[in-house]
Amino acid sequence: MSGPSTYEPKTGFTRWLDQRLPIVRLGYDSFVDFPTPKNLNYWWTFGGILMVCLVTQIVTGVVLAMHYVPHVDYAFASVQRIERDVPFGWLVQNIHSNGASMFFLAVYIHMFRGLYYGSYKPPREVLWILGCVILILMMATAFLGYVLPWGQMSFWGATVITNLFAAFDGGTGIITNWLWGGFSVGNATLNRFYSLHYLLPFILAGVIILHVWALHVVGNNNPTGVSVKSRADTVPFHPYYTVKDSFAIVLFFILFAIFVFFMPNALGHADNFIPANPLSTPAEIVPEWYLLPFYAILRAIPNKLLGVIAMFGSLLILFILPWLDTSRVRSMRYRPIARWFFVFFVICCLLLGWCGARNPDHLVFQTGVDAEGHATGFTFLMLARINTAYYFGYFLIILPLLGLIETPKARPASIDASVLGGRKVSSSGAAVQPAE
Amino acid sequence: MKVWGRMMSKAFSRRGRIAALAATLITATAGVMGLAAAQAAGDARTPEHHHWHFAGPFGTFDRAALQRGYQIYREVCSSCHGMQYLHFRNLGEPGGPYYDEEHPNANDNPVVRAIAADTTVAGEPDDFGDPTTRPATPADAFPNPFATEGMARLANGGALPPDLSVIVSARHHGADYIRSLLIGYEEPPEDVTIRPGLYYNPYFPGGAIAMAPPLPEERVTYADDTEATTEQMANDVVEFLVWAADPHQEARKRMGFMVLIYLTLLALLFWISYKVVWRNVAH
Ligand code: HEC
Ligand code: HEM
Repeated sequence: MSGPSTYEPKTGFTRWLDQRLPIVRLGYDSFVDFPTPKNLNYWWTFGGILMVCLVTQIVTGVVLAMHYVPHVDYAFASVQRIERDVPFGWLVQNIHSNGASMFFLAVYIHMFRGLYYGSYKPPREVLWILGCVILILMMATAFLGYVLPWGQMSFWGATVITNLFAAFDGGTGIITNWLWGGFSVGNATLNRFYSLHYLLPFILAGVIILHVWALHVVGNNNPTGVSVKSRADTVPFHPYYTVKDSFAIVLFFILFAIFVFFMPNALGHADNFIPANPLSTPAEIVPEWYLLPFYAILRAIPNKLLGVIAMFGSLLILFILPWLDTSRVRSMRYRPIARWFFVFFVICCLLLGWCGARNPDHLVFQTGVDAEGHATGFTFLMLARINTAYYFGYFLIILPLLGLIETPKARPASIDASVLGGRKVSSSGAAVQPAE
Repeated sequence: MKVWGRMMSKAFSRRGRIAALAATLITATAGVMGLAAAQAAGDARTPEHHHWHFAGPFGTFDRAALQRGYQIYREVCSSCHGMQYLHFRNLGEPGGPYYDEEHPNANDNPVVRAIAADTTVAGEPDDFGDPTTRPATPADAFPNPFATEGMARLANGGALPPDLSVIVSARHHGADYIRSLLIGYEEPPEDVTIRPGLYYNPYFPGGAIAMAPPLPEERVTYADDTEATTEQMANDVVEFLVWAADPHQEARKRMGFMVLIYLTLLALLFWISYKVVWRNVAH
């Protein structure tokens, strides 16, 4: 896809610069002339939305850092000061805290898009893996950021998550003490978390550059999954997709603004408005909504070490997905069985999120009462276990097997043909050309 | 299965894609909010839902109610509860109870100055190093009723009256919860025994709260002659606490409308451009 450059410098200065640092050429080839499949739907706008999210978080974050005080005695008060006394501090703070949620909403949609249309399959494995690295960095950044306001959830969330690593040091405390910089979550912890929270977004930005670079080598996938075959299949990125992405970004901003201006605390937890108190454990310790599915997986396993391994495993498994899925058909449009398992996978992730928010011992529904008169029935723990099993089963059993037994539907001969309604040129059956 | 299949193919058909996108965003949002609501804690009675005129996207505060609410805080609650993140000047800032257009700088607002001067705060030590006191200025924070946590607990049977600056944000059901708590004291049911020094309140987690019913009828005499029923006082002080937790709420909503109007027009513009740019491309 990264064919010969068509950039021609027009002025003396750009000609001069082009021979020394072809940066304008890079921008032109990447975002102006870049040949893009002409059939991309709105699910493809989330990459651009994510870029905007990152920039938003960095800009608001840098402003917040000018007023925030990373000290256990002043952190909570400094956030209050930002919300009350810093001019438009309430605006910047609300954008940053809700922006994290918007970022995750977009990244999850972006990833489900990739799962449905098979964007992880050859030749996009490296692109996909870089995306997985981005996801993990995002989670780390968001977790570190949530600790900074030093409310009850900040403190206890940090305590719970850092204690997970105690599963690996046999109870000696070597790892946790090293992470904390002391013998409990304290001022040293807050300072290092602040330092890392400031650092990681820039590493993220670096990995995103690699991600987009990888994209521009192999080119976009598209809803048919059929590879680009000729110029007739594509349009230049600008103005076709700049205008479409802009439209989608503005729609996304409308949703974002509804949260920021009309329900800024709807996604947060009330307990984080109580200053951190190491002597008082909250009734319930729950992470932010976007980490709940992983929290549910952690708690679904009775053994701590295995639970931690399952939780990290649920992320790491994404890295090898390109080699787990044996089907050569990319888009699930043409995979009549797989698309059902995909729908169940999305539901499974939402249910895991629900389980993560609820007490594992509480009942989803009641079936009877025990001898002492307590209600018995189907608990959230059971629901979490079933869904954890499906989560791993989807990657480890369903996708590997399905590719071998499923008969895909006929795919269009090309993107151009699919757009024009000409179908079924590549005859049905499993006789497929290398990945399409 | 059939219905699902049709929904699926619609969701991924070219015509259905915008609808599907919108639906995803909305379900995700609704799901997330459902989760937040589901987190509300266990055994206490669910607070009564009250119709607040400051709630909702168009809601605004009633200045008179904010002033009455501040009067309640000052005359009743402040003997036990501090509000450390509020300063007297906040009372006279835009959106505050005593904002006055003639004195855009709250430090010049005579009402605010008088309210502050009525309060005594710790001053600089004198030449001998002995502690002094002085009248507060608008720049001072609301003083804490107790010098230390230990003294606060000593005066309250071992319980700690929490700071009220952000109490509305710090409780599930915010304003409704605090209103229900303030008016919801009851005789304990027969099978519940309440230790002396505690009071039965079904809205409080556990049911036994160390705060005596703070708002008996006619507890204060309102400056504006409103009748001081328990419910009236509770409504007023809660409105004040809501403002205190989020003093820029009105400005935030006002800006929100401008932003939404702007974004809608911009979306329209991009939509038209999109249609024009793509008009000759089958896609
Ligand atoms: C005599 C002292 C006293 C007065 C006056 C008082 N409170 Fe309290 N308040 C307390 C104590 C003590 C607690 C802690 C109760 C406990 O933890 O059991 C408390 C707790 C609270 C709580 C927190 C309940 C929770 O969910 O944790 C709120 C809200 C509250 N008070 C509001 C008010 C308001 C509003 C007023 C004025 C109308 C007021 N209080 C007047 C002593 C007082
Ligand atoms: C900070 C977060 C991220 C940013 C800013 C970002 C940015 C982008 C952009 C701009 C594109 C091209 C436009 C598009 O196809 O939507 C893209 C494509 C892609 N992204 Fe991401 N991304 C992020 C996270 C992720 C994650 C977490 C994954 C998955 C693990 C991922 C996987 C992909 C894949 C597979 C593509 C190619 C899609 C295709 O063309 O079919 N990305 N990304």
